[in-house]
Amino acid sequence: MSTANGLREVAVVSSAQIQKRVIEDQSEPEFVTPLINEARDAVGFTQADIGFTCSGSSDFVAGQAFSFVMTIDGVGPVPPISESHVEMDGAWALYEAWIKIQTGAADTALVYSYSKSSPGSLRDVLATQLDPYYQAPLWPDAFAIGGLQARALLDAGRISEADMAEAAATAQTNAVDNPHAVRSGATTAEALLATDYVADPLRRHDLPAGADGGIAVVLAAGDHARQAVERPAWIRGLDHRIDSHQIGARDLTQAPSVALAAEKVGLGADKVDHAELHGAFSFQQLLLEQTLGLDPASTTINPGGGALVGNTMMAAGLMRIADAAAAVRSGRADRAVAHATSGPCMQQNLLCVLEGD
Amino acid sequence: MSADVAPEVSVPDVIAGVEPVQSVRTPIRLDYTYVPGRSLTAYLKAMKDKRILGGVCPETGQVAVPPRGVSPLAGKVTEELVEVADHGHIMSFCVTHIPLPGREDLKPPFVAAWVRPEGASIGFIGLITGIEPDECRIGMRVRAVWKPDEELEESAENIPSWEPTGEPDVPENEVRV
Amino acid sequence: MGETTKRNCAVIGVGQTKYQSTRETSIAGLVREAALAALADADMTFADIDAVVIGKAPDFFEGVMMPELYLAEALGAVGKPMLRVHTAGSVGGSTALVATSLIQSGVHERVLTLGFEKQSESNATWALSLPQPFSVSVNAGAGGYFSPIIRQYMESSGAPDLIGCMVAFKDRQHALKNPHAHVHQHDLTFEAVVDAPMLWDPIRYSETCPSSDGACAMVLGSEAVGDAASKPVAWVHGTSMRSEANNFGGRDEVSPQASRDCADDVFAQAGITDRRAEIDAVEMYVPFSWYEPMWLESLGFAPKGEGWKMVEEGATTHGQGDLPVNCSGGVLSSNPIGASGMIRFAEAALQVRGMAGEHQVEGARKAFGHAYGGGAQFFAMWIVGADKPS
Repeated sequence: MSTANGLREVAVVSSAQIQKRVIEDQSEPEFVTPLINEARDAVGFTQADIGFTCSGSSDFVAGQAFSFVMTIDGVGPVPPISESHVEMDGAWALYEAWIKIQTGAADTALVYSYSKSSPGSLRDVLATQLDPYYQAPLWPDAFAIGGLQARALLDAGRISEADMAEAAATAQTNAVDNPHAVRSGATTAEALLATDYVADPLRRHDLPAGADGGIAVVLAAGDHARQAVERPAWIRGLDHRIDSHQIGARDLTQAPSVALAAEKVGLGADKVDHAELHGAFSFQQLLLEQTLGLDPASTTINPGGGALVGNTMMAAGLMRIADAAAAVRSGRADRAVAHATSGPCMQQNLLCVLEGD
Repeated sequence: MSADVAPEVSVPDVIAGVEPVQSVRTPIRLDYTYVPGRSLTAYLKAMKDKRILGGVCPETGQVAVPPRGVSPLAGKVTEELVEVADHGHIMSFCVTHIPLPGREDLKPPFVAAWVRPEGASIGFIGLITGIEPDECRIGMRVRAVWKPDEELEESAENIPSWEPTGEPDVPENEVRV
Repeated sequence: MGETTKRNCAVIGVGQTKYQSTRETSIAGLVREAALAALADADMTFADIDAVVIGKAPDFFEGVMMPELYLAEALGAVGKPMLRVHTAGSVGGSTALVATSLIQSGVHERVLTLGFEKQSESNATWALSLPQPFSVSVNAGAGGYFSPIIRQYMESSGAPDLIGCMVAFKDRQHALKNPHAHVHQHDLTFEAVVDAPMLWDPIRYSETCPSSDGACAMVLGSEAVGDAASKPVAWVHGTSMRSEANNFGGRDEVSPQASRDCADDVFAQAGITDRRAEIDAVEMYVPFSWYEPMWLESLGFAPKGEGWKMVEEGATTHGQGDLPVNCSGGVLSSNPIGASGMIRFAEAALQVRGMAGEHQVEGARKAFGHAYGGGAQFFAMWIVGADKPS
């Protein structure tokens, strides 16, 4: 069955995830393999039922070349499978899988992503993501780059430090019952504002809550999804866009690629019950809420705390999609939006609109 | 560069005539502290006792050496570990004639081989010593050369090499099964 | 499987840089050179492009993490969707296939896809030999890995020892007709190939690929875009990717099942039953010379154990045989790793467009592009034709 725009109906039918501050005693294949099995088992699938497999991970985070190769064993690629890998957050692996299903070459897909950033210093590793001639040799760490964007937003009057603390306090308080949160506990903006700066204007609560983790999801088209679950979370809009890389050439108070993706997925066409935003910094969540026109009064935003309470590189974006889909499948939401980001100052962004029947 | 495929390069007037920068040197140093995971931890600990452990596939019973924690045949975590022999045979090999970065102790030519210990289902890579490279054969039986007991650590390097046992070769049709 | 929603896709433009050991340009300059050449071939500009799909091998090769972020502007991707693929050595092929799927899905009309590597920016041997934690380091790079597999093939097939040298000599001769190729050895003799030093016995220095800088780009379009193109286009007749684990008991390392499955799938899609007779040109991923006879067998162009006979008979030599392989000179003559797979796909397209210049196979109507990676465990293949699929 296809929709009015000629696209096939595809749903997120299951997911499984793990996220901890540090996963100490397990290698990546050892903690990813159970997630793959759990996500497939939840809908009664074996790998033989999966038409396409796609994953996302990073060699620089792992500190090893071809690091994704060892993890493929966990899928059980004997006999051989139709498979691909992106050096991107798993949200983009999901996009590639969704495209594959759109071609008709597959009806179902397994998507997973993961990272262990704990072996290295992620804030330094991320400096190698910058322009290799003009920026990376200066080794600006990720907190400093984030600070540039926060300062721009503060100076423009778009947000205040109190707004940032409020967002962080809400996230940490929401995360009390979230088993995947690595930074949680009931707190107030006032208490957070009393703490010291780490990278002025950023305090600890404004910074990404670094974590090790992984996520696996299963996609299914049309009747395959209806047979798998009672209430599929249908992907009704999926789009991603990239902005300029040159921080000095960008207006850091704007997220044009977020706005453009929102337009492409038709976000404003109807009300949004639930939003999962991949703002790893407090001010990024605020910038996302403003750009997407989300009102906390009518939209539940990051009810588990979102990326502010656990930000696993390469997986945090796909985790947002999985969480939004779970809200739809459970009936808690009829229409949800998930957001994933990548790159310095949210250079690249993906939006996924999920709806129940 | 051949002229027929080279594009014309143009530069803005303001920098015309400025000497072009041909290269810049920007060293990168990043330190990582790895943890081996559950299966490899057990493997490395056993190495200290001169024992080689393999991981058992929960579906096929195949034994992988070293254990990687996951069986690709089942797509499942391997919980069970078994000891395999410290002798086996050469599945195939390579005579390397160039120096290996980081292994200045190895004088070319040296032989790197896929060695399958008895009791294992796959081979793993090891150095072959005690033989001239041109005498090395597929199917040749070899035994682990362990470091002296006082030098044993929780390390794969406890077996610096393997050397021929002198026993008859494994029959050709059994080399890979 | 699936509903028959797959739409036609055509290669509208191809662009390649000169491949050489050091390109004294930035990474951005390198990829832009290939992208602009592909756009010019397609009579387009960046403004015409809907999405960009880029691929390259491990980020450690240049020391830039996720370099597509930095390359967004150089590739005109700002405001567009941009994807970055990494599937080890097969990446250039799988990148082209992901781009193809963006067209086949009906989501986009015009897609720019590109693979690159700038090996001179870093030390590839270093990147490939990063100490694997907790294991013994005795294996020098890819040659050390593939040499034992080649030895298995030599023993099981009974191939004469010099077949690999014949492939190497042939591909270097082919490269002389390709202005983009890295290795141009005008005075090379077969004796010199044979006399070259052994690196990873049985692999000689002359039987290995060079280390290159370079980029290769293609512009892909929908059926409507292909129909409207001013130059001949290459129509996609089949695409397939397969992966398998790299080490388990009973694995056929010489002719992995993933390779055979992938070939079966792509030939079936293209409706091809007699592979050797119906394919006019092959661009195959051969980083070590012996892989030509090995892949000829695995891909079903020759019966098992007889691929080397095709080499010996000259069947794969341009202008001489019925199944010319790597008329561009192949990976043995140019190897910017992340681009190498895409070069195979792009050269296959050039052949059926009749635009391969001096290394054109006369009258080529169907061509096969191939890439592999990892421990010969990741495969990407496509078949392109001069005619639209029926």
